[in-house]
Amino acid sequence: MHPGTAIGIRDAIARSALTAERAVTAALERIAREDPALNAFISICAERALTRARALDQASAPTGPLHGVPVAIKDTIAVRGVRLTAGSRVLGDYVAAYDATVVARLESAGAVIVGKTNCDEFAMGSSTEHSAFGPSRHPRDPGRTPGGSSGGSAVAVAVGMAPIALGSDTGGSVRQPAALCGVVGARPTYGRVSRYGLIAFASSLDQVGPLATTVADAALVQDVIAGPDPKDATCVAAATACSAAIGQGVRGLRVGVPRHLLEAGVAPDVLAAFEASLEALARLGVEIDTVELPHSRHAIAVYYLVATAEASSNLARYDGVRYGACVEADSIADLYARTRSAGFGAEVKRRIMLGTYALSAGYAEAFYLKAQAVRRLIQQDFVRALAGRQAIALPTSPTTAFRLGERVADPLQMYLSDVFTVGPSLAGLPSISVPMGTAADGLPVGLQLTGRAWDDAMVYRLAHALHD
Amino acid sequence: MAPKLPREEVAHIAALARLDLTEQELETFAGQLGDILTFASAIQQVDTSRLPPDETATEAPATWRDDRPAASLDRDEVLGAAPDARAADGYFRVPKVL
Repeated sequence: MHPGTAIGIRDAIARSALTAERAVTAALERIAREDPALNAFISICAERALTRARALDQASAPTGPLHGVPVAIKDTIAVRGVRLTAGSRVLGDYVAAYDATVVARLESAGAVIVGKTNCDEFAMGSSTEHSAFGPSRHPRDPGRTPGGSSGGSAVAVAVGMAPIALGSDTGGSVRQPAALCGVVGARPTYGRVSRYGLIAFASSLDQVGPLATTVADAALVQDVIAGPDPKDATCVAAATACSAAIGQGVRGLRVGVPRHLLEAGVAPDVLAAFEASLEALARLGVEIDTVELPHSRHAIAVYYLVATAEASSNLARYDGVRYGACVEADSIADLYARTRSAGFGAEVKRRIMLGTYALSAGYAEAFYLKAQAVRRLIQQDFVRALAGRQAIALPTSPTTAFRLGERVADPLQMYLSDVFTVGPSLAGLPSISVPMGTAADGLPVGLQLTGRAWDDAMVYRLAHALHD
Repeated sequence: MAPKLPREEVAHIAALARLDLTEQELETFAGQLGDILTFASAIQQVDTSRLPPDETATEAPATWRDDRPAASLDRDEVLGAAPDARAADGYFRVPKVL
């Protein structure tokens, strides 16, 4: 039996029906029982978690809106005193020297971190198969991927090893695994949530977002982690009030569907579930119509040029000098190259290569700068489509969970898994994946709702009306 | 089948990126990067002439903060995470550069 929602756990503790220690112990027991088969966690913080839970139980009043709630944190996010790997060998046995802002805010709200979750190396992947710690496995079928890159967080939430988790979403890394595992996952508007303490992949795209079993839980987590942070100059927007929007009616709201993006490459089962969820929205009084996103067919190309260019720069810091693994050499140039070659996995090398190419003399104009310009057109399309509409609906992923090994040999095929999630990322918009039933094979399918910039509350409101 | 990237070009990019690639990696990446770049080349056909050249990609506002000194990370702890450091003197160690 699933241990319940974050709000349920918090409320049970508040009325003394449960203690933080019992809630955390239950989560740790479930991890011990389930995780050997699923590989959702890279590190488990049992002692740290129990110590914190006991301290919370001693408190005379609730610490905050997540008092005593276990939470799992993707291992791209720093927790002071806990090993931080980003799913890579290159960080060696690095222990974080500081807390990410999102971690400090969760803990101030009373949440208890039970462990760090598995992910594709440096969040570069859509399946967790690029983790140096081995892939996570889908809860319904161990031969399939849970999606990625925040696959460990999605698995942890799906099987109740933690009621809530944090992931990071650059091109869909929260939304896609949430969809494949049948949980809720959201990407906030770029600039809502601090990136301080999130290991940088592509800085103009990276955002931390929540995973949960209910939209209400995800909204609460976003409200706790969002808000300006002097340590991240791009994180300037006021805190969100997504929880307050939960339960407000949706009658008369308008949702657009870019039908031209659904003409090819979407599995029939996914399409059927998508149409059914549109009908469900219509029954709630939402007006559904068709919109055009003319430049979105270029979103994958633009994303993989911009994100890899930024990654090639961000990952220059892994040089074997200041932290992490080091392969010794007689010259500094050899030390850099040997450390990086031994420390990075194939996908990270591939992306560094692609990004370096896109930024290199003779190609930067045709690839990186051109991609930036097309990114702007993609973003303008969304702004136009969202004028007079509250959200745009698409399936989160064109297929259900695919088999481990199925796409790993063909990087371009893997990249195409992100066809619907990269657009909102490039446009910086709030976007949520909410379960919309299962395909014929029993595997979950997710609906993606993308809203206007800064109107994060609206996507939660619509998703809640449909799901919770 | 998309054209492979020339082997010398892959090696040049690897050198820029400070990566020592094996022969096998060079061969694999020549094919895969060729595929990806051929796919990505479709963006060349998009008319972007109406965009101002310095336009940023999203509308996230940039902000400034005051330049006020504040507590930073503990030096010994930071140096303690380095593969090779002389913590007492306060520096990282690297192979001889000059």
